[in-house]
Amino acid sequence: MVKLSRRGFLIGGAAVVGTVATGMAIGVGFLSTIDTDGLSGSVLPDGSLGLTAWITIRPDGHITFAIPRTEMGQGIHTALPMLLAEELEVSLDYDNVSVEFPTDPLPVYANFTLALGKRPEDAHGVGAWVGRKIFGMVPYIATGGSSSTVDAYETYRKAGAAARNMLMQAAAKRWQMPMSALYAELGEIVNRETGERLGYGALAADAATMTPEKNLALKDPKDFRLIGTSTPRLDIPDKVRGAAMFGIDTVLPDMLFAAVVQAPVFGGHVKNLDSSKAEGMPHVHKVVNMGNAVGVIADSYYHARKGMDALMIEFADGGNGDLDSAGISKRLKAALDGKPNHIHENVGDVDALLAKGDTLEAEYETPYLAHACMEPMNCTALYKDGKAELWMSAQSPLAMTWAAKEVFKDLSGGTVCHTTLAGGGFGRRIEKDAAVFACKLAAAMPGTPIKAVWPREEDIRHDMYRPAARARIRATLGADGLPTAFDYNIAVQSTLEGFSSRNMPMTQGGPKDPSNVEGASHLPYAIPARRVSNATVELPVPVGFWRSVGHSNNGFIVESFIDEMAFKAGMGPFEYRRKLLAGNKRLSAMMDKLAEISGWGTPAPEGVVRGVSFRPSFRSHVAQVAEIRLDSEKNLKVERVYCVVDCGQVVNPDTVTAQMESGIIFALSALMYGEITLEDGAVQQSNFPDYDMVRMANTPDVVVHIMENHEEPGGVGEPGTPPLFAAVTNAIFTATGERIRTLPLMNQGYSFA
Amino acid sequence: MPDILINGKSIPAGDDPDMPLLWLIRDILKMTGTKFGCGIGACGACTVMVDGVATRSCITPVGLVEGKVTTIEGLSAADQTSAVQAAWIAEQVPQCGYCQSGMIMAATALLRENPEPTDEDIDAAITNICRCGTYPRIRKAIHRAAELTRDMTRGGVANG
Repeated sequence: MVKLSRRGFLIGGAAVVGTVATGMAIGVGFLSTIDTDGLSGSVLPDGSLGLTAWITIRPDGHITFAIPRTEMGQGIHTALPMLLAEELEVSLDYDNVSVEFPTDPLPVYANFTLALGKRPEDAHGVGAWVGRKIFGMVPYIATGGSSSTVDAYETYRKAGAAARNMLMQAAAKRWQMPMSALYAELGEIVNRETGERLGYGALAADAATMTPEKNLALKDPKDFRLIGTSTPRLDIPDKVRGAAMFGIDTVLPDMLFAAVVQAPVFGGHVKNLDSSKAEGMPHVHKVVNMGNAVGVIADSYYHARKGMDALMIEFADGGNGDLDSAGISKRLKAALDGKPNHIHENVGDVDALLAKGDTLEAEYETPYLAHACMEPMNCTALYKDGKAELWMSAQSPLAMTWAAKEVFKDLSGGTVCHTTLAGGGFGRRIEKDAAVFACKLAAAMPGTPIKAVWPREEDIRHDMYRPAARARIRATLGADGLPTAFDYNIAVQSTLEGFSSRNMPMTQGGPKDPSNVEGASHLPYAIPARRVSNATVELPVPVGFWRSVGHSNNGFIVESFIDEMAFKAGMGPFEYRRKLLAGNKRLSAMMDKLAEISGWGTPAPEGVVRGVSFRPSFRSHVAQVAEIRLDSEKNLKVERVYCVVDCGQVVNPDTVTAQMESGIIFALSALMYGEITLEDGAVQQSNFPDYDMVRMANTPDVVVHIMENHEEPGGVGEPGTPPLFAAVTNAIFTATGERIRTLPLMNQGYSFA
Repeated sequence: MPDILINGKSIPAGDDPDMPLLWLIRDILKMTGTKFGCGIGACGACTVMVDGVATRSCITPVGLVEGKVTTIEGLSAADQTSAVQAAWIAEQVPQCGYCQSGMIMAATALLRENPEPTDEDIDAAITNICRCGTYPRIRKAIHRAAELTRDMTRGGVANG
């Protein structure tokens, strides 16, 4: 299963990984050798030719794209190949191209934008130099923050252009023609003068020895052949045949299966374990006490689960056995009543303006949310002769190698993580907890691959949740009804602190974590005086990145409050937002388009009520109108959602549309049903009946319009989610006068019609 | 226990009649197209057909299986995709794709029973969960598959 290093220049990268893994010191002289742009050629052990770090061409012309970003539904294993294929000049058909997630952690595969908050092409100076050096040592290969296309947009096109240039150089040499007499077209180099054609497969061996010219010009957007067109996804044919392989589908020779049960209370551990009955059962191989969890290894997952049910375990609660949702709610309230511990934005004299004029104030509260990816958490691990090998639907293979490091003392053979397709991610799969358990189980049976799968109940009860939060907002309206001052304070746990403390070498975040207030800070609305702060709280409930992160909480709260201000001012909610965005041409155009496609301002169909909401996030802007029907029994039907997205330059429009549909339905599940509650320190929900989801019958029609422009690309995996919450609750207010300030809706008496 | 017929092959059902069909398919036969989602029959990721009826294999003990089992791998002959699978590709339905085997089996079973389902029929029959929210496209794909099948049948009649 293990492949040799893909390319010659990788040797530096591979050596670095080994060096980091064994903890050896790295000299500055060595550092200078690992700065590479990934554009050189190489010959691979199987005879394929590597033209850059992302493109491999076989002598028969088949192309494999190495895409170090996890395909978890967002279409990235089509969008990034499109960027490469655009400049490489090849068609993107399921039959001619393959996509694989490379196992070699090359520095050029790092996600610069996610780690440093800047696109690689925008990063200059000392900070960028240091960042690149750090990636040389520890390539931060991770998928998240709707950053993949943003990060790759220029780099991948450059790589495609470099590979094309190498192929043209090879053809020029073979034909003894100047480069200017040649052009590339659909997998062939064409001789303009003779009309002769040479396929890329026939040229690849020579091309791999060429050095691409520097500063190759990239196509003008008007000449794009693929970018901006709805290109069929490369992963779909396998997915409809049941042939797509997710982490949970890993099959290895002599593999055994494990089920995992964790201490129900956060911070708890195994106090007493009697595994004699389980270990006496047929097909059960071993029971492993992992400290805070127990794993049962057996011939199948079924047998492992049966063994799990036969365990007698006494768990200690780690001192958190008294924690419950009412207590957490009180903590959030108390934090809000105290002083903020960080002010993220402070413009103008907010206090002076709040003291005079027409003021309003409101408090909102939101629950913890689980990710509930369709593929339950799992990881397969094999430990043999000092080498750890993992197979996992991971959002960051790097983090999983850290999991191995945490468990195995001897890793002299190195660590490899094979990243598979992911059955949903939404931020959950960037966490390394499932890899730690798999490694601990593999450590108990060296030489045997162990596939550790969590029961759904464990997946729900041991997530890293979207934090619960409580926010207070105050505003003063001027004579024109528009806000003159806006004061926002939120009590919340820091997701960055939670994530980094569990998964990164250093803990970051806390009160200064910008995601605490993202969605409330730096609003695009013209409000002269603004103060946005937080009062962070520390609680034992693990919190992490949940699709759209802080925008999911703050977006709902702010967009609801905008409607509250509009109502107080006696203005329509659309008109109000339009006025607040008047100075911004791009966003005004987007809102006008939304009014046009949703028919805002024209009478709605009989019984239908509309609500509007808008939220920029992850470098994109999304505005939505929800059309609802509601009866006196609070039976709610969200009939249609109109969605306008401005994500700059679009790569694959159908994927953008799909991600808007996806984000909207994801949010609708959370809005109606989503809440994780605690009692006696443990999560009360466990599976889909008590952590329910929108299904076919509750699904609205979704109408998506994409604004066309050539601005810098923004993300699309997450931005569709935040606006939906308030679009629906604002419609509920218009329909009934009931302002929803606490979620989910089911707790306010609502259900789907 | 008698053998079970899965995708036309006779398969020994093992020594435990309580083992859910899902785990025979996934862990013993190593056919991984059928998915584990919840283990309690709530999400439908494990849906297979038994004699053409959509069945949640995670709560169906192998000892109770009577009839021919069809999994996603058995839905299409060799390199041919079924009308439902073709419609799924045409509508670009899957995102993460994890629930789609179960969705396709549920849709196939629906269309066998009801070749021209209305939106209400689809709402009632497709109760599987998709966390990516591909429902609007699934609806379109089911209508398209119905159309494809109708056209094929008509074509067959015209040509036959």
